[in-house]
Amino acid sequence: MSTTNGTSEQTEQDRDQVGHGDRTEQYITFTIGDEEYGIDIMAVREIKGWTETSSLPNAPDYMRGVINLRGLIVPIFDLRKRFGAGATEATDRHVIMVVAVESRIIGILVDAVSDILTITSDDIKPVPEMEQEFDNALLSGLVTVDDRMVALLRLEHLFDVDGIEERSETAPAASEAA
Amino acid sequence: MDEMDRFKGTYFAECFELLGDMEVRLMALDEGNADPEDLNAIFRVVHSVKGGAGAFGFERIGAFSHILEGLLDAMREGQIAPSRQAIDLLIKATDVLTDLVRAAQSGEELAADYGADTAAALQVLAGAEQEKPPPPATEQDAQPQSPAPSAPAGDGEGAAEHQFFHIRFAPFPGMLQKANEPLLLMRELKSLGKTVAVPDLSRLPLLDELDAEEAYLSWNIDVDCPAGLDAVREVFEFVEDDCDLKIDVVAGVSLEQRSPDTASPDSRRTAATERAAPDKGAARAGVPAPAVVSTIRVDLGRVDRLVNMVGELVITQTMLAQQASRLPPDHYLALTEGIEALSQHSRELQESVMAIRAQPVKSVFARMPRLVRELSAQVGKEVRLVTAGEDTEVDKTVIEQIGDPLTHMIRNSVDHGIEPPDVRASRGKSKQGTIRLSAEHRSGRIVIEVADDGGGIDRERVLAKAVDKGLVAADAALSDEEIDNLIFMPGFSTAETVSSISGRGVGMDVVKRNIQGMGGRVYVHSAPGHGTRLSLSLPLTLAVLDGMIVAVAQENYVLPLTNIVESLRPPAHQVHSVVDGGDVLALRGDYVRLVYLHRLFGIEGAVTDPAQGLVVVVETEAGDRVGLVVDELLGQQQVVIKSLETNYRPIQGVAGATILGDGKVALILDVAGLRAMASFTTGAMKAGTDVPAESQECQR
Repeated sequence: MSTTNGTSEQTEQDRDQVGHGDRTEQYITFTIGDEEYGIDIMAVREIKGWTETSSLPNAPDYMRGVINLRGLIVPIFDLRKRFGAGATEATDRHVIMVVAVESRIIGILVDAVSDILTITSDDIKPVPEMEQEFDNALLSGLVTVDDRMVALLRLEHLFDVDGIEERSETAPAASEAA
Repeated sequence: MDEMDRFKGTYFAECFELLGDMEVRLMALDEGNADPEDLNAIFRVVHSVKGGAGAFGFERIGAFSHILEGLLDAMREGQIAPSRQAIDLLIKATDVLTDLVRAAQSGEELAADYGADTAAALQVLAGAEQEKPPPPATEQDAQPQSPAPSAPAGDGEGAAEHQFFHIRFAPFPGMLQKANEPLLLMRELKSLGKTVAVPDLSRLPLLDELDAEEAYLSWNIDVDCPAGLDAVREVFEFVEDDCDLKIDVVAGVSLEQRSPDTASPDSRRTAATERAAPDKGAARAGVPAPAVVSTIRVDLGRVDRLVNMVGELVITQTMLAQQASRLPPDHYLALTEGIEALSQHSRELQESVMAIRAQPVKSVFARMPRLVRELSAQVGKEVRLVTAGEDTEVDKTVIEQIGDPLTHMIRNSVDHGIEPPDVRASRGKSKQGTIRLSAEHRSGRIVIEVADDGGGIDRERVLAKAVDKGLVAADAALSDEEIDNLIFMPGFSTAETVSSISGRGVGMDVVKRNIQGMGGRVYVHSAPGHGTRLSLSLPLTLAVLDGMIVAVAQENYVLPLTNIVESLRPPAHQVHSVVDGGDVLALRGDYVRLVYLHRLFGIEGAVTDPAQGLVVVVETEAGDRVGLVVDELLGQQQVVIKSLETNYRPIQGVAGATILGDGKVALILDVAGLRAMASFTTGAMKAGTDVPAESQECQR
């Protein structure tokens, strides 16, 4: 895969449009079905094969459960399911990308890891406005590599870990009543 | 400057440690069994605090401890008796000194006259009962002081009160060039105690051969140093490499006995060294060396990281062992043997690492004598506190959390347990009540007991009060044990007059909740007329938990053992449906709400009929019971508690997670959370009592 070549061509074409920008960034790309996605290499902690998870009660359906990563309890999210394309039938060949999102370590279940992408910030195109379903906030941009499109993920918004906060003080309140 | 701050930090830490120890020893003195060693130890504490204060320039600490030291010295010499009044004053002085140290640490400015009244009182006490001028300041070349009243103790606990050292100090010729001045060293030695230095002039050349920058003199020095060998060594710390230094400990020989022969230095020296040898031998026989226990201070974070890593190691090792057990043993003998050895080593390693965090409960117990002393004075009772098992070790996490519950329990015993002296006398007991505080290891847990020899629980009054407060029905028939347990009910207090000590009704229920929150249990045993015994049973560490592994379909969960009351497979006729769709279990005349774990957690493929599965009756910290329906129990196991929140978010009904032997994650259930999820309204509970249950019968 001649990612680097492709990238430099892109760079020359786009420089005028988007402006200056020679900060190179590296992304790890992976596939889900036919689609290719990229995440900032600095966020990736490790890549490991799929292992069975222990499911968590009352969690969103794209939350596959937790695994033991050397003593750390790490939640695993199914990216395919998150994008509304049905749950992944995970096999030994599937891959968990362990990434750091802010202070948390989470795992993302993907089909396969494909490449490391070196691009400059100019290569990144904005995501066009899309209707319905697909949430723009999930993507930070699009990159064309050779003839493929790689969608760069904005991890912070992908799995809204703090989303549901309606629980909490019920238990202590109940004990007071006794 | 950094260095200096570090030294100061160490000094403060030591001060607090020492002052804590001092208080304990003062309490010991107070109990009348004045051991001279205690007085000596107290003296040493003050002396050390003073020494450090001098070095760091904390003048107020120095000045105050100097006054205190004077009084203590007089007490040591037997000139002032350790009367109750004197000890009261000393305790107060300890507080003042502690405050001064704390102020120095935080840089806070105390009022200029802070502690002045205490200092004055100390001086009055020292002056009033002591005719002679205070001895310590100017004794170097004065008349021989009467030697210590007691013989040097041979109990290994640091220096005996007087230690004599013979020092041979011969600077190398170049020592002076490194800006070291023997005179300063001598002065420093002199500050440690009575010092006799005899110069050896034999190497002194004729005047015209003399190099002004070279050291020619050497000395034979005898020091009477109460601060011990370390203090003496410290003096020579910076010149060690530039001189020929020999420090001998001379036991049992005071300077006075040998000072007369200063006239002939040479003969004196040989005599001294000859004498030193056998004496040293004698001293060694009893006391190995002044440096008894060598310790280091380690940042707690480092220890915790170590504990975590070892936990992981043990899990990995368990996984390996499980894998290896599937191999044909003949082929992989060395491997299986290796894994067996590994498992032993890792277990041992884990124990040792946990032991690093373990601390004796002494640090908590030490606060109690004072509490008892003050409380009993306040309520006009005579109470003696007897402690046992202070050296029982338990994890730091537990130590940190038992202080408050224990304080409550002791308060309770002093306030409610022990009767006033006249009542005791009329009951034929000694006027002085006794509270026994003890700790011991019992089957992998620590059991702490507070037992008093007071009146026991007044069951009639307790019951009347509980009925009055609407905690139990007026016509309820409760067993003695159930009545005793009423004292743990929230909002319950039997104090007839609300005192400042207890009786605000926030005592024992808080104790119970705290203890249960730690995975412990509280028991009360009361014998009317003879006293009450409260015992706490606690895990040795809060980092691990005793759990029961339960299975629901494919999922395994850990149920904290402390929540479990009983488990049973009820016959179908004991399970009743009630109108709102909930099921209840009839259990010995009570009804227990059934909570289906698979429904709460949305697990498919679980056993849905309690008569086919298993009902685990669990009790929340607040005392409510529910019957948790699961598929089966898989066994009991100790698990390491891990946080889910670190990387995910809290989940209702789940207290945390752990890693089982197969490396898989299992969730630890939170019983109170589950109960709340089942939107359970208080059911058939009469009282938060623990009724141990074996038999089961159906009543309607």
